[in-house]
Amino acid sequence: MFGEFEAFLSILTFVPALGALVIAIFRFTARSDDQALIDRNSRWVAWLATMVTLGMSVLLLANFDAEATGFQFVHEVTWLEQIGLGYRMGVDGLSVLFVVLTAFLMPICIMASGAIKTRVADYMIAFLLLETMVIGVFCALDLVVFYIFFEGGLIPMFIIIGVWGGQNRVYAAFKFFLYTLLGSVLMLVAMIAMFLQAGTTDVTVLLETEFARNAQMWMWLAFFASFAVKMPMWPVHTWLPDAHVQAPTAGSVILAGVLLKLGGYGFLRFSLPMFPEASDYFAPMVFVLSIIAIIYTSLVAFRQTDIKKLIAYSSVAHMGFVTMGLFAMNETGVQGAIFQMISHGVISGALFLCVGVIYDRMHTREIAFYGGLVHKMPVFAAIFGLFAMANVGLPGTSGFVGEIMTMVGAFQVSWWIATGAAVGVILSAMYMLTVYRDVVFGEITNPKLETITDLNRMEWLIFIPLIIGTLLLGVFSTLITDVTATAVDHLLSNYDAALAASAQ
Amino acid sequence: MTADMLSHDLSLLIPELVLAGGAMALLMLGVFLKGDGTEKLVQWLTVGLLAAAGLAALFLVSGEGTAFNDSFVFDSLARFSKTAIALVAAVAMLLAMPYLQAEKLGKIEYPVLVALAVTGMVMMVSANDLIAMYMGIELQSLALYVLAAFNRDSLRASEAGLKYFVLGALSSGLLLYGASLVYGFAGSTGFNDIALAVESGSNIGLTVGLVFVICGLAFKVSAAPFHMWTPDVYEGAPTPVTAFFATAPKFAAIVLLARVLMEPFGAVVDQWRDVIWMIAVLSMAVGAFGALTQQNIKRLMAYSSIGNMGYALVAVAAASQTGLWALLVFMTLYMVGVIGSFAGILSMRTREGMVEQISDLAGLAQRNPGLGWSITALMFSIGGLPFMVGFFGKFFVVYAAVQADLMVLAVLAVLFSVVGAAYYLRIVKVIWFDTSEVEFVPSAVSTYWIARIAGLATVLLLPVLGWLVFRAYSVGLALL
Repeated sequence: MFGEFEAFLSILTFVPALGALVIAIFRFTARSDDQALIDRNSRWVAWLATMVTLGMSVLLLANFDAEATGFQFVHEVTWLEQIGLGYRMGVDGLSVLFVVLTAFLMPICIMASGAIKTRVADYMIAFLLLETMVIGVFCALDLVVFYIFFEGGLIPMFIIIGVWGGQNRVYAAFKFFLYTLLGSVLMLVAMIAMFLQAGTTDVTVLLETEFARNAQMWMWLAFFASFAVKMPMWPVHTWLPDAHVQAPTAGSVILAGVLLKLGGYGFLRFSLPMFPEASDYFAPMVFVLSIIAIIYTSLVAFRQTDIKKLIAYSSVAHMGFVTMGLFAMNETGVQGAIFQMISHGVISGALFLCVGVIYDRMHTREIAFYGGLVHKMPVFAAIFGLFAMANVGLPGTSGFVGEIMTMVGAFQVSWWIATGAAVGVILSAMYMLTVYRDVVFGEITNPKLETITDLNRMEWLIFIPLIIGTLLLGVFSTLITDVTATAVDHLLSNYDAALAASAQ
Repeated sequence: MTADMLSHDLSLLIPELVLAGGAMALLMLGVFLKGDGTEKLVQWLTVGLLAAAGLAALFLVSGEGTAFNDSFVFDSLARFSKTAIALVAAVAMLLAMPYLQAEKLGKIEYPVLVALAVTGMVMMVSANDLIAMYMGIELQSLALYVLAAFNRDSLRASEAGLKYFVLGALSSGLLLYGASLVYGFAGSTGFNDIALAVESGSNIGLTVGLVFVICGLAFKVSAAPFHMWTPDVYEGAPTPVTAFFATAPKFAAIVLLARVLMEPFGAVVDQWRDVIWMIAVLSMAVGAFGALTQQNIKRLMAYSSIGNMGYALVAVAAASQTGLWALLVFMTLYMVGVIGSFAGILSMRTREGMVEQISDLAGLAQRNPGLGWSITALMFSIGGLPFMVGFFGKFFVVYAAVQADLMVLAVLAVLFSVVGAAYYLRIVKVIWFDTSEVEFVPSAVSTYWIARIAGLATVLLLPVLGWLVFRAYSVGLALL
């Protein structure tokens, strides 16, 4: 029913930006002594805009034809057509779920921002702009449009970390921005090279274009520089712990939940289908880096004293599963990688929210500060426990499905990759259970914790959708795999065909 | 010369005639009209004059062709450049008016000098002969030397003017020497004849002459290693003069450089490409690293302009139609960013007077959100970060470089843009993350709106970018 309505996807993308515009207009026209009113209205407008986006993304998913290959809801507008650039949007099985994930997490972030008391309007504007940028990345069907959304998201995130972040926020914001920018500009040069060869930046055309083997290698490396930093893969992951620790809670949620998926999505959309020979050639390197990431960052996570930093490192490890699954290039592996990304979006977002709950009360994230929370906060202990287990990959939760699928996929390539990943699973249990024991169990030794209170109603509301999501995906994994199956098959058959053609 | 030819030649010269005649008339008006409002009147008339010249170049000149024995050319490149130069000069003049009044510099000479400088610039972009080129450059430069020292009671402004004059004279000497060599070996001063001489065979004398010409012009665009004067002059000169320096003369000089290199010397691109390559890389490096530690925002803008001229030279190094239109798109978008930024800098006035330290911007996003947001957007735009229009300027420049197979240059350009992003981010950091109690006094209406409109334009221009690219694109196709 929305297939005929061309602009649907663009409207979905720009609804948050429109919300930001409304807040901005309100902010600039209202009298400054009405600060409380501005703040309250900004929250409402932001929530409304993100909810509308969520509603539209559900409609999008409901009308999405999972059986069809190719892009749906395509929207094209001529723009700079003399030189072959255009504004093109569309989704397929690989991207539609990420749109839904983003739209799902955003209202939660807005609701979890109650602790933000200063410059609320600016905060909401930054978040809404960020949502537009991220959804735009997943919908863009043009290299330049993709790049604009991909990099444009840095600006609001820079502001979010820098203005509402912790002690060392300026350093973290700069590191985040410059690190990711440095990776991406090389990708830009590669994009221009592709543009010149194909004469257009239309992704649908580029997917059909064959690049020479030598060119593929360079382009693959340039794209890798960008996506590996975004992902983040070891050894270019060091911006992530800093950014996570300093960002406000909602910022961490969106960073871990959505922004980390941009790299994986980039591999799926560009590196694998457009440079199949290079992907095949570099796959062993990616496997090695993934295994190092899984094992090494798990060990690093184990030694952390800051809960947020621990979860940040655990995110790096979990992203290692994603790259491993992607470059296994078989159906289980790629499906698993997508599943793992979605599931990690929900789980890590929830974990950061859990940290936010205790941080809002005690204003510290030191693991040693806490202990015995189960006596004062039983509900919190249960919820935190659920997500900690999901993060470890307990069967029945979504974390399990993603890990097992990527490992099975990797096993089909080589047993030692899967073995390395399995070691990582054990290590993740080690650090997650340790931190859970230290924070939740034991007796209350810190007198400051005597007054801590359990979840309030708002926090309940925030966690319920996340709990449902984790368990639902853990049990009914076909909810995701059915949507992605056709697109992944299509991707794999093209990939194999390209490799076979080059082998001759 | 028949009357027909003369009228044809003059019809191509309408913008110059408007400007030159207007400048003269305004001078007379200023001298003979007594009264308090004279300065204001002359200033407003100059704004009108500049705008009229820009529109005349866009609409009034009907044909294209050469005039005065091929020494003057009016083509689509000249049309585009003249329109842009005159219009941005008009905006710079608007910015200057409240400043001049507040600083008690409101003499009638200022607008007249601006008009004369613009006359020189519009000559430069139309030069098709070494003599015409030199005439345009000198007319522009002499007016600019005086403008730099316009606040003659200020030691710093006088120093800036003197420094600019001495180094500018040196560069003019280099340019003239190069031009004389070229003339000697080509046998003519006309670009068309030089082109014939160049095509007929490489000649060491022509090459040496060309190098001197490039050095002289590189000085005018403040490209490294001829950039030494820029930070001092930018800092010392009155701020609206700096705003003017950073926009119109740069545009004129880079277009002139592109024309000289691509038309008379187009056949020996292999010989000059390496020179431009080096200058471009050096400029980007000096601009990026030099700006990192600056405390004064005008000095920072000076380094930013050195760096951005490096990007413009990347487009010149591409030496192609793509390079030419990329250059025009880049320069146009860059000028929007720069003129807006200077409107922002001109708004930095506390009760004690003008301030120009970067730290004075602290907390601007909170205490003056409109201005803070605008400067933020403008900085991102000049830095070439998406989703601001400035991104497309740099994007097309790199595109031209990759197309011309200058892969290393393209990669260096994007890497330096990351270093550059660091100092633009620093300004954004000061505006957003820091706090301050100092309040700026409300700025003049024109400054207020120019800063905000330019800030909005960094995003609102995106949908209509196609129009600008199309105009520049047709220029690129028409030439070469």
